[in-house]
Amino acid sequence: MAIEVRIPTILRSYTDGAKAVEGKGATLEELIGDLEARHPGLKDRLVEKGALRRFVNVYLNDEDVRFLGGLETPVADGDTVTVLPAVAGGAA
Amino acid sequence: MRFDSLIDSVGRTPLVGLPRLSPSADVRLWAKLEDRNPTGSVKDRPALWMIEQAEKDGLLSPGCTILEPTSGNTGISLAMSARLKGYNLICVMPENTSEERRQLLRMWGAQIISSPAAGGSNEAVRVAKRLAEEHPDWVMLYQYGNPANWRAHYESTGPEILEDLPTVTHFVAGLGTTGTLMGVGRFLRERVPGVRIVAAEPRYGELVYGLRNVDEGFVPELYDPEVLTTRFSVSSGDALRRTRELLATEGIFAGVSTGCALHAALGMARKAVQAGERADIVFIVADGGWKYLSTGAYEGTLDEAEDRLEGQLWA
Repeated sequence: MAIEVRIPTILRSYTDGAKAVEGKGATLEELIGDLEARHPGLKDRLVEKGALRRFVNVYLNDEDVRFLGGLETPVADGDTVTVLPAVAGGAA
Repeated sequence: MRFDSLIDSVGRTPLVGLPRLSPSADVRLWAKLEDRNPTGSVKDRPALWMIEQAEKDGLLSPGCTILEPTSGNTGISLAMSARLKGYNLICVMPENTSEERRQLLRMWGAQIISSPAAGGSNEAVRVAKRLAEEHPDWVMLYQYGNPANWRAHYESTGPEILEDLPTVTHFVAGLGTTGTLMGVGRFLRERVPGVRIVAAEPRYGELVYGLRNVDEGFVPELYDPEVLTTRFSVSSGDALRRTRELLATEGIFAGVSTGCALHAALGMARKAVQAGERADIVFIVADGGWKYLSTGAYEGTLDEAEDRLEGQLWA
């Protein structure tokens, strides 16, 4: 088993159009490093100066990693990581 | 229960256990049935509080016109109160909200101005702000920035939950205006050490938001991230699946935004089970499913329903 990483349309140019790719690592940072080896350029779109970029949201099993531990968030086989462009607000 | 008028019957909604969806006797889920409010949604609370605050502040008097950006429920609640109190109401709503909501608003006497679907609620807010500038005599209550919105939940929803379930450990609600989470969250944090306040945010397809929105994020003025413990992003597919699960296993017929909150509640329940912690998780049933029948959310396979929901606002 591996960790599934879902990629938004805007970043699929780095994954040959794939909607989801697989990777491994014990933390989100390691996972992104692992992805970078096969999808060069992706890391730079997600990480800036050792932190997640401002307009990128990353979710571990749908939970925002900014509330979990950022790039240090532990990840494990069977988890799903979702990358999304940041959009705040909703409907009411 | 007896009330002097319909407006007086807002709140005091049931909190019901979900024995079949709860993972164990130690990790329990509870649904706060806000669809039992007079117009069928949680929005009756902030609508009433905002109107009565505006009356106290001398902004509203009979014959006044209220303007509000809303994708439906707040508008319906305001329309009911406005009718009983003698105000006119104009709602700015995205053109892709369900037909039931439009009919309901017109029924109660509200006027509707449509905003482009592409910008979602954010665009409705922009259009309403522009109209407010053009018509200084209209009163915009502005649920996204009006403190009476979160105070409604601080003074009513929160106390009701704590009274009914003093052992509450988690509170989960949808993240729209953020009023429910800010109000209940602040109330519980002051009284329940270690309580977790969890936001469930709808994740719409790119058809709704469009990629350009990356730089156009709208954060409601009421939002204070310090109140939240964590935040979930829930896809349309998961929200639909949970909405149907709630109906099939516990008999609760709720709107799709409730499935979104339930998905986050179940995520927290799973973590409590893994950590071996006891949990009493309360989530908000914001409204019933009636207004969403025309979206096809409850018919056919999940995939079919998800396709039909693509491009629509469901929360």
